[in-house]
Amino acid sequence: MNDLWRSIEGRGRTVLACVLVVLLALPLVADRYVLSVLTLIFYFAYVGQAWNLMMGYAGQLSLGHALYVGLGGYVSALLWLKLGVGPWLGVFAAIAVAASFGAVIGWLGFRFGIAGVYFALLTIAFAEFTRIGFDHLELTGGAAGLFLPFEEKRVGEWWNLRGGQLLFYYLALALASGAVLLVALIARSRLGYRWLAVREDETAARALGIDAFAVKMAAVVISSAMTAVGGVFYAFYYNNLFPSQVFEISRSIELILAPIVGGLGTVFGPVVGAFVLTPVGEILIAATSHLGVNAPGVKAVFYGITLIVIICIMPSGVWPRIAGVFGLKGRVP
Amino acid sequence: MTALLAATNLSKRFRGLVAVDGVSFEVAAGEIFAVIGPNGAGKTTLFAMIAGALAPDDGTVTFAGARIDGLTADAVCRRGIGRTFQNVRPFPGLSVEDNVTIGALLRRPDMRSARKHARAVLDALDLADKRTVMASSLTLPDRKRLEVARALATDPKLLLLDEVMAGLRPTEADRMVAILKQLNRDTGMTILLIEHVMRAVMALASRVLVLHHGAAIAQGTPQVVVHDPAVIASYLGAEAVG
Repeated sequence: MNDLWRSIEGRGRTVLACVLVVLLALPLVADRYVLSVLTLIFYFAYVGQAWNLMMGYAGQLSLGHALYVGLGGYVSALLWLKLGVGPWLGVFAAIAVAASFGAVIGWLGFRFGIAGVYFALLTIAFAEFTRIGFDHLELTGGAAGLFLPFEEKRVGEWWNLRGGQLLFYYLALALASGAVLLVALIARSRLGYRWLAVREDETAARALGIDAFAVKMAAVVISSAMTAVGGVFYAFYYNNLFPSQVFEISRSIELILAPIVGGLGTVFGPVVGAFVLTPVGEILIAATSHLGVNAPGVKAVFYGITLIVIICIMPSGVWPRIAGVFGLKGRVP
Repeated sequence: MTALLAATNLSKRFRGLVAVDGVSFEVAAGEIFAVIGPNGAGKTTLFAMIAGALAPDDGTVTFAGARIDGLTADAVCRRGIGRTFQNVRPFPGLSVEDNVTIGALLRRPDMRSARKHARAVLDALDLADKRTVMASSLTLPDRKRLEVARALATDPKLLLLDEVMAGLRPTEADRMVAILKQLNRDTGMTILLIEHVMRAVMALASRVLVLHHGAAIAQGTPQVVVHDPAVIASYLGAEAVG
């Protein structure tokens, strides 16, 4: 940890500290809407970071990460609704369930040499049949969804995540910052370097004594566990879960955009990506409604065009470009 | 002679093709042993079976007193065998130092000591001034040296080199020969190499195995082997001896 702090040059430390202070103090001046947008940004930075760890560092493409969000959300919501177990405890159950699914998918893929896009298809398949399963699961309300009811007596129970925007703003900020710190630490660790080796060339990595199977399993288990925590957040923030929404493949895609746009395999890429993409989405909503263009899909078209433009201009991501402008050398942090 | 590596009756078939046919040899600890032969003789297949990339159909490989045939490539490396690839495969998106550090991690408990060891290896292979360069932007001779450096960083007892001289200019090949000789002398590291560049083989190897159509046709010191009629006929050609 000390090493990590020392490895950041002076200017970087100042910028990091300033950004953190501003974000911490922001609720003093910002209104509810700004806070809700920032909460969304932090959420996408967090889950994007979890996915980045698996794809950006270990090189394993998952297009079904919504599975872990959904499982995390449903497990914690069920424990809360049916057994009265709060999310601080429920999160461990959520992690256990999602990580088990991750382990099964990883084992199937890595044990039987299903790699690249075929592995991605496997992750999609798992997310899809879980969605269909939940559609028919009575315990969770099936396709009609699961709701966390508003209870007067519970208002203000922050320890049960029964609070307002401010609570979730700080929680999301803590999650995103924690994820940045965790990924920064892992990226500099033995495990992080082994991930990079497997990502770059698995055969060469094995010739250097790296147990590629174990290393990839670690990536998928850690990534799914982290994503499940995002699911717990999602469930208690939105208070409702529908299989057709949380497990949907479009959710998996939405979740991987921030790290791709921000910069794969970098610590700050997912954060920068989330800060670019979420406001773009919000601006498009505001602009289209201001102009009175309400045809369905208009927002999506413009969002798509914006994405294409960004990726064409900065194919390796927004953050590596920014880092280059500021003269950061070597591997982009 | 105590054999560090012993191959007994090794065979590998690909459908109808017998790539390696009952090859046996021993490499003594501290020796530099070369495997030569024409293209398609089965040299790389033989290598792959020792390195764990392929499991033999028949025969055994014994390393440091234990059977290693059929082990996975990573397990073989952990036993103490480092290898290079004929078609070099450095980690392209990582710096030269990071490439070697990953090799060094195998037997170093933490990043700091791995990095230190990596720098020492890079020094020994004349790559120190390129350590921050991305591996993808290296020239072929540098990539070959990086490949050797990365394998060396795992502290192998036996180093398998698959045509590290190919594509090098004579001066670069001489430099590689000097580096390998020094390594062998200073650390006592055993080296098994596949090589086409006879100049390097003559300069380095204490013994040579000649493969032809998957079978061993000669074995002995380089001087004896190059005068063997069967070797001249199948591989070297009459003019090579002259």
